[in-house]
Amino acid sequence: MGQIEWAMWANEQALASGLILITGGIVATAGRFTQWYFGAYSIVAGVFVCLLEYPRGKRKKGSTMERWGQKYMTAVVKLFGPFTRNYYVRAVLHLLLSVPAGFLLATILGTACLAIASGIYLLAAVRGEQWTPIEPKPRERPQIGGTIKQPPSNPPPRPPAEARKKPSEEEAAVAAGGPPGGPQVNPIPVTDEVV
Amino acid sequence: MGNWVVNHWFSVLFLVVWLGLNVFLFVDAFLKYEKADKYYYTRKILGSTLACARASALCLNFNSTLILLPVCRNLLSFLRGTCSFCSRTLRKQLDHNLTFHKLVAYMICLHTAIHIIAHLFNFDCYSRSRQATDGSLASILSSLSHDEKKGGSWLNPIQSRNTTVEYVTFTSIAGLTGVIMTIALILMVTSATEFIRRSYFEVFWYTHHLFIFYILGLGIHGIGGIVRGQTEESMNESHPRKCAESFEMWDDRDSHCRRPKFEGHPPESWKWILAPVILYICERILRFYRSQQKVVITKMNKRGFSMEVGQYIFVNCPSISLLEWHPFTLTSAPEEDFFSIHIRAAGDWTENLIRAFEQQYSPIPRIEVDGPFGTASEDVFQYEVAVLVGAGIGVTPFASILKSIWYKFQCADHNLKTKKIYFYWICRETGAFSWFNNLLTSLEQEMEELGKVGFLNYRLFLTGWDSNIVGHAALNFDKATDIVTGLKQKTSFGRPMWDNEFSTIATSHPKSVVGVFLCGPRTLAKSLRKCCHRYSSLDPRKVQFYFNKENF
Repeated sequence: MGQIEWAMWANEQALASGLILITGGIVATAGRFTQWYFGAYSIVAGVFVCLLEYPRGKRKKGSTMERWGQKYMTAVVKLFGPFTRNYYVRAVLHLLLSVPAGFLLATILGTACLAIASGIYLLAAVRGEQWTPIEPKPRERPQIGGTIKQPPSNPPPRPPAEARKKPSEEEAAVAAGGPPGGPQVNPIPVTDEVV
Repeated sequence: MGNWVVNHWFSVLFLVVWLGLNVFLFVDAFLKYEKADKYYYTRKILGSTLACARASALCLNFNSTLILLPVCRNLLSFLRGTCSFCSRTLRKQLDHNLTFHKLVAYMICLHTAIHIIAHLFNFDCYSRSRQATDGSLASILSSLSHDEKKGGSWLNPIQSRNTTVEYVTFTSIAGLTGVIMTIALILMVTSATEFIRRSYFEVFWYTHHLFIFYILGLGIHGIGGIVRGQTEESMNESHPRKCAESFEMWDDRDSHCRRPKFEGHPPESWKWILAPVILYICERILRFYRSQQKVVITKMNKRGFSMEVGQYIFVNCPSISLLEWHPFTLTSAPEEDFFSIHIRAAGDWTENLIRAFEQQYSPIPRIEVDGPFGTASEDVFQYEVAVLVGAGIGVTPFASILKSIWYKFQCADHNLKTKKIYFYWICRETGAFSWFNNLLTSLEQEMEELGKVGFLNYRLFLTGWDSNIVGHAALNFDKATDIVTGLKQKTSFGRPMWDNEFSTIATSHPKSVVGVFLCGPRTLAKSLRKCCHRYSSLDPRKVQFYFNKENF
């Protein structure tokens, strides 16, 4: 249990709550229920929560699946610096946002879900988690001439690569019963017959 | 397209039947509540949203019945076992149990949304008609009181002008259980997304047990009888079609029509969910019972344990975590008198387990085992030709199969239907090969001794290669054994070119049924599935590729 990043679950929960707030708000406004203006608030709050929670933060360990198209919102969310990075702020923000929607039955479900998300964010904040944006990896410029290896320094006959190998490849070479190191000494003089 | 239909016709049929039943139940209930005279007065207050809410409620009952069934693993294993005479296609359906569970869950979410929205409108209508002072039919109906002395035959659950809908929601059984169920459902869904499940399995596993609240809530949701219809007696006395027009005169002595009396709808959800709940409780009891049996470690032994190739078990280690059960494929063969698993350190629990076993001075921790449960690999020996693809740790079910082949050869089992096996092991780095080197070398020797060199054809692929390794390989090209693994079969570098492999297999076995088994990532499954469709001939007598995927 030690490695659970609660913020990831809180993020999913908050995103779902945002959607529920929007739906409840639309139902209340369209049906012109009593005190339907809370419904209108709920739609706005829901949209705000969805936009804030859409970009997924980076996991501490392992790779993170980005949500489709989240890089635009990541740029916006990043701008607010500590306000979006810190999860205490998010926990309090979500709690405050959820309260007005609690006055209307249609949106009370959104309130409950957002309050739970706020609680999970509080847990994440207590454990020291933070929101880190997922940065796109910089494209590696192909270095011109980078793959050209140094020409051999000694004239032929040259010992095979194994003799010139680095220590990290010794294991593999030993497993194969590698040849002895050092430059090759020819027991019989080698001649090349041109036919 | 033709191949897709041949391979998937049963799944499609199953889904069409399920969707069809949903639509049928919805429309049937909708029409009943929209047209029946019993609900004539109710409809006067609520309108069509009554029928919407009841129709979605019926669908919710139906889907809640279905949701527990695909996760009764032991029941499914039992069905697989008893259906050995059933066609392969039917048994393959049981592999997709989790997909079906998810589909039913989505349907439950959809109907929950419809149900809640319809009831929000219903409550609003009730509230308005209670507040109304215009003497309309709706307001008269609403004034039918809850007082037992006057017959207790009320229609509007909102008693007084001052009662808010929120109050009614949280003080009525239906409202309160509804809220609890919905919150439980939402928490279950948000913790079950692919991302959370794969990264933080414990969050998913523990939160998903909130289903208990969902089921309990569903059972008592309808007890209050808030959905009211006119009683039989009252309908005989003053039928709504005749008396609705003259509602102002109901209280008059000489009017033919009396005030209508209403009764609540008895709860029926429990009837739907009783059987699956009992089955599921039996399933959990069975799992618990099997876990209590003694497991002797170092070489695992358990009384009454019998396995087939490629099955998996659930392992629990109480000293690490009381409640967590993790699935592992069995790597031993059924012919051996012990069973084994290979565990890779991939998270908290596995790392703790490995550390606990490495302790030299404390006793080996006790473990509990539940299983074995069957998956697709069991079918390997049903195919004439089998193509086994294991990516990384996904090779474990196939280790079991290869060992089983070894034992079958030792016992000279000539009933083996399988004539040829192609085994592809795809791995990133050489460190992972050390496991099964021994197994593969002994298999190589075995095959040579028996003169059956052609039976097992295996290819190993290193996907994390660099120029140094390739350089070595090129230099040692002439050596008889591979420099990386020491086996006679040479390691290839990079990913296999499936098109070439499949076309070679198709040409070598033009009239066979070939089973393709994969334990590995989804992208690989996609390419293999495509190849299976492409190289299966449309003529059912010629070569046919059937794709089976393992998923955890």
